[in-house]
Amino acid sequence: MASSQTWLLRPLQERSTQIFLGVLISALIVVTFLHLFMPQDSALHVSAYTVTLLGKYLCYALLAVAVDLVWGYLGILSLGHGAFFALGGYAMGMYLMRQIGDRGTYGDPVLPDFMVFLNWDTLPWYWQGFDMAWFAFIMVLLAPGLLALVFGFLAFRSRVTGVYLSIITQALTFALMLAFFRNEMGFGGNNGLTDFRDILGFNLRTDATRLGLFIATGIALAIGYIICRAIVTSKLGRVSVACRDAEARTRFLGYRVERVQLFVFVVSAMLAGVAGALYVPQVGIINPSEFSPLFSIEIVVWVALGGRATLYGAVIGAILVNYAKTVLTGVMPDAWLFALGALFVLVTVFLPKGIAGLLQKRKKAQHDDDPATAQEATA
Amino acid sequence: MSMFEQLAKRDQVFEFLAPAASPVDVRHGPILYLEDVNVSFDGFKAINNLNLTVDDGELRCIIGPNGAGKTTMMDIITGKTRPDTGSVWFGSRHNLLTMTEPDIASLGIGRKFQKPTVFEALTVFENLELAMATDKRIFPTLTAIMKPEYRDRIDEVLEMIKLKTLRDKPAGILSHGQKQWLEIGMLLMQKPRLLLVDEPVAGMTEQEMERTAELLTSLAGKQSVVVVEHDMGFVRSIARQVTVLHQGSVLAEGTMDQVSNDPEVIKVYLGEEA
Repeated sequence: MASSQTWLLRPLQERSTQIFLGVLISALIVVTFLHLFMPQDSALHVSAYTVTLLGKYLCYALLAVAVDLVWGYLGILSLGHGAFFALGGYAMGMYLMRQIGDRGTYGDPVLPDFMVFLNWDTLPWYWQGFDMAWFAFIMVLLAPGLLALVFGFLAFRSRVTGVYLSIITQALTFALMLAFFRNEMGFGGNNGLTDFRDILGFNLRTDATRLGLFIATGIALAIGYIICRAIVTSKLGRVSVACRDAEARTRFLGYRVERVQLFVFVVSAMLAGVAGALYVPQVGIINPSEFSPLFSIEIVVWVALGGRATLYGAVIGAILVNYAKTVLTGVMPDAWLFALGALFVLVTVFLPKGIAGLLQKRKKAQHDDDPATAQEATA
Repeated sequence: MSMFEQLAKRDQVFEFLAPAASPVDVRHGPILYLEDVNVSFDGFKAINNLNLTVDDGELRCIIGPNGAGKTTMMDIITGKTRPDTGSVWFGSRHNLLTMTEPDIASLGIGRKFQKPTVFEALTVFENLELAMATDKRIFPTLTAIMKPEYRDRIDEVLEMIKLKTLRDKPAGILSHGQKQWLEIGMLLMQKPRLLLVDEPVAGMTEQEMERTAELLTSLAGKQSVVVVEHDMGFVRSIARQVTVLHQGSVLAEGTMDQVSNDPEVIKVYLGEEA
């Protein structure tokens, strides 16, 4: 038991994790303070809209960390992580739908509005239990986790790797998107799930709940980061890097590469699911567009921009790109995709290690003769 | 009745009853035993009725022209390639043809590839750490901690392969020869019973070659070592027993002198060289 605690808490002794958590927690506190105690008309006041926007960025950051875990450390370029994000989101959305109760447009106490509209008279079996928060929250982990388990088991056992795996993950999320677009699936078709009212008894439309969700997302990001860090700094993390760089060699050392891949992939999918679950109550809707291949590719761009195999780089990338997206789509909606493309090309050419690579280079230049930091930068 | 007889056979142990993780049985001498092995790729016979026995603790060199099936033979032993027919036994208890690559590796067969493959992003120390013979399942690996005795074992191997000063450097910066030694070191960390070494001195300098010969000969006795090599000078310097492969089967076997005087061998192999 002692050893299992040590491995999970080991990242807390690392300087990089301490800095990351320090910055994250300070940001949470500052935003909370500015939102609650600054007068409405002050320039420093953070509106509820901004709090929710920041909460959304933090969800994306957690999603990016999940992608970096498999891409950066395991070498699996998943172009379908949006699927796990969306499944977590749908699990949360189903819970929120059931919470509406008879306050919907049609006033049916059990059936969500879209089912009444489709003339369904009973709740499908897979909607059972989602009125209970604990069940829904377990499903947030279980639904993406199970999909990743089955998909990963088949893919890794057949030793599908590299670009072929990327294409299959892309196909997976595309197939799910098409499925979820169908009304018969019972997930609200292309309108998705929306019109949410309460979460755990708190009204979703109040500022206090929004702030609470923002803080919860920040904490989820912190925990997710610690879990990922614990994995990558463990011996299993080094085995993952070994699988990434020389899969056959790792196999001859006696490691079951496909199980290492499966374990990390499932953990990553669950983290993505949690990110999706926290995203849905903050944006107020979940629809099949989250399954779109384009979204999954965008996640990869965030990670590439921030810097692969650093975890904190993924967070920086996700927040920066999405901030830029918010600003640019406000100013020039048509220019966004060009800007994203240009950014990706520029970073690939001039900053192959992303923003994190830039930070590491500066740090290395500062204490080049310190072997510990030099080692960290190359690792 | 016949089914009952089948079940009651005294000279057989059911496969599910034979403990898979049982120690290698070398009481009868050979540690590796290949019999009538055949492999063909798209009609091309890569291995043709190959019979080979390696004794426990032996240092065996295998030579042969390109395409003689040396690498394919290693692939068969390590479980990468399945032969069409034949049997491959490790000791007298383990049928390698029924086992997977990781199982074979954890049983004690270590393999060094032709091209040195080390984990370049990890340090020399970490490379050896991963190779160490420990529980390699997911959760034990996740919660593994570096014990002092592991550290000592790694330092011991670092001493043997002369990479102590580069302990905390990423393996990517090592020279070609150093990578070869690191890889041999990784094999030693697995405490293998049998080492398969594919062209260990390709691309090495004269000095590095001497050092490698020293390393390999020091291993023999404790471990069985099978070396596949092209460099005749190197083979002459380490070999006691030499097997010559040609077109997928054994052409000659014996000491280096016996083999190099064999007219058949001179014709197919040494003849080309001279």
